[in-house]
Amino acid sequence: METKTHHKMTLIEKILASKSGKKFVRPGDIIWANIDHLMTHDVCGPGTFALFKEKFGEKAKVFDRKKVVVIPDHYIFTQNKHAQRNLQILRDFSKEQNLPYFYDAHSENYKGVCHVALSEEGFCLPGTILLGTDSHTCTAGAYGSFATGVGNTDAAFVLGTGKLWFKVPETLKFVFQGQKPKHVMAKDLILQIIGDLGVDGGTYRSLEVGGPVIKALNMEERMSLCNMAIECGGKNAVIEADEVTLKDIEGKAKSSFQVFESDSDYKYTYKKEYIGEKLESLVARPHSPDNIIPAFKLGHQELTRAYIGSCTGGKLEDFKAAAKILKGQKVKIDTFVVPATTKVAADLEKETFDGRPLLQIFKEAGATIGKPSCAACLGGPEDTFGRANDAQKVISTTNRNFPGRMGSKLAEVFLASPYTVAASSLTGRVTDPREFVN
Amino acid sequence: MEKIIKGKIYCLGDNIDTDQIIPAKHLVYKTNDPEERKLYGRFALSGLPVGHEYPFVEKNENESVYQIIFAGKNFGCGSSREHAPLALKVAGIKIVIAQSYARIFYRNSVDGGFFPPMETLDPISKDHSFKTGDEVLVNLEENFIEKIKTGEKIKLKSLGFIQEIIEAGDLFTYAKKKGLTNEK
Repeated sequence: METKTHHKMTLIEKILASKSGKKFVRPGDIIWANIDHLMTHDVCGPGTFALFKEKFGEKAKVFDRKKVVVIPDHYIFTQNKHAQRNLQILRDFSKEQNLPYFYDAHSENYKGVCHVALSEEGFCLPGTILLGTDSHTCTAGAYGSFATGVGNTDAAFVLGTGKLWFKVPETLKFVFQGQKPKHVMAKDLILQIIGDLGVDGGTYRSLEVGGPVIKALNMEERMSLCNMAIECGGKNAVIEADEVTLKDIEGKAKSSFQVFESDSDYKYTYKKEYIGEKLESLVARPHSPDNIIPAFKLGHQELTRAYIGSCTGGKLEDFKAAAKILKGQKVKIDTFVVPATTKVAADLEKETFDGRPLLQIFKEAGATIGKPSCAACLGGPEDTFGRANDAQKVISTTNRNFPGRMGSKLAEVFLASPYTVAASSLTGRVTDPREFVN
Repeated sequence: MEKIIKGKIYCLGDNIDTDQIIPAKHLVYKTNDPEERKLYGRFALSGLPVGHEYPFVEKNENESVYQIIFAGKNFGCGSSREHAPLALKVAGIKIVIAQSYARIFYRNSVDGGFFPPMETLDPISKDHSFKTGDEVLVNLEENFIEKIKTGEKIKLKSLGFIQEIIEAGDLFTYAKKKGLTNEK
């Protein structure tokens, strides 16, 4: 029963209330919400489309063709027959359904890593619900949206109905006060949170991240932070939209949106404050993203490979950071550079640091450049670019270091920021980037 | 929904992620092709670290000799791939019991109608004697798992809201029952 007192809600509760036609929701409520956008890719799209047809009929049409986004990105540049067949399944379905937002592989429309493409193309919007058949869909929370990963069944259900059930998550609040040191990146902030919560500390919960350090981050850095919320089990992460957000989406928003803010006097059951000045460059050691240690304490750790890429660490800002350190230097270990999208790849040629295009800086440093896609972040087929096929010790800007994640079970993966990965590529050991940046 | 499930258990530790349940290179097989689908069973849990005591599925087999998984915390963490519960189901898993689950895996298990993801009522203590290969009985009326030979029991949580979806079969049948969809 409605009471007369004004109910306090978080930003995420407000989005879920508005999308389920309610004035008020509280953590634990089961709701049915209308979905603004559903994204799928080549790994989960084929199964999702098959299930959609099985359940809604061979001739069924998707609930709204302008709300369905198909972005092949995982297994693009491989000879694997099944993978190529799957790209064709996306093509056939998108054609049959006349989907306007299909970014086909090996075409002029090709983008690459879905989470970065979703931002470039204006699908990440404040106050909206974005679902994707990929756990890193939470990346879009950087825009003040409720964005989360779902499986094929949920996606097929949304394709048919435009809605889905949710249990309203409890919100954990993180505030980063003050200013962060220059050598510390958003990746370090989220590794710190994951280290503190543990790999399941955020399970079923929403992570709301704010404070002056966050306000000072550009959109891509905010995306890196929200991207890894899933690595502590989080349902989503969210950053309140502000003028930086609105400027980013100006002219590219694919639908209407609404900016929500958490009520200032909301009583969070969990709230943690960090002092920006005390933050460190971190590394997550094998085989868990919460196994963190400051980079300067791991200087003895030898490495065989460096990898800069993925939805987490393959955006233009990530490469700008790496280029700052690599300019005029030579890498000591095999170093792979994989731009997330075709736009990022094009920007690497245009964007300069100290008068030199980023791409040239990487080539001169001795790095190997790959084509835009998820590539070796998740291993993939054996012929995937940069895949760790044996007992490599990889330092990587990606998001997971589970056993076998980048290919071989014998490989060890160390997760770190683009600064830390670039600095480490020059020394062949885990290297704190502060002396390179400051 | 079967209320009494008997079978052999396969024991696992904490944080078994979806890359271990079904490594990414296998995510290319069609889920709706009867022959290709079998490969998900063949490679189920093939990503467990080197040195794991017993293989879950023997080489070149598509089904496991185990029907029940008994795992620790945060089972199914990582990716949203529904191929993970699918692979376990195709391998012959009828039910998973864990101390806790990562939420996407949990949702997928329920909404996709693969198997009930049961949680233990209390944190799994170190002194239980359940081990891989034991014959067990899972009772979903009274919510416990029992080692048949010794009668040792561990209590399970009741399912709550999601029981309705599991009873219905999957999300589609549940929604249809509730009049939420007009699917065929």
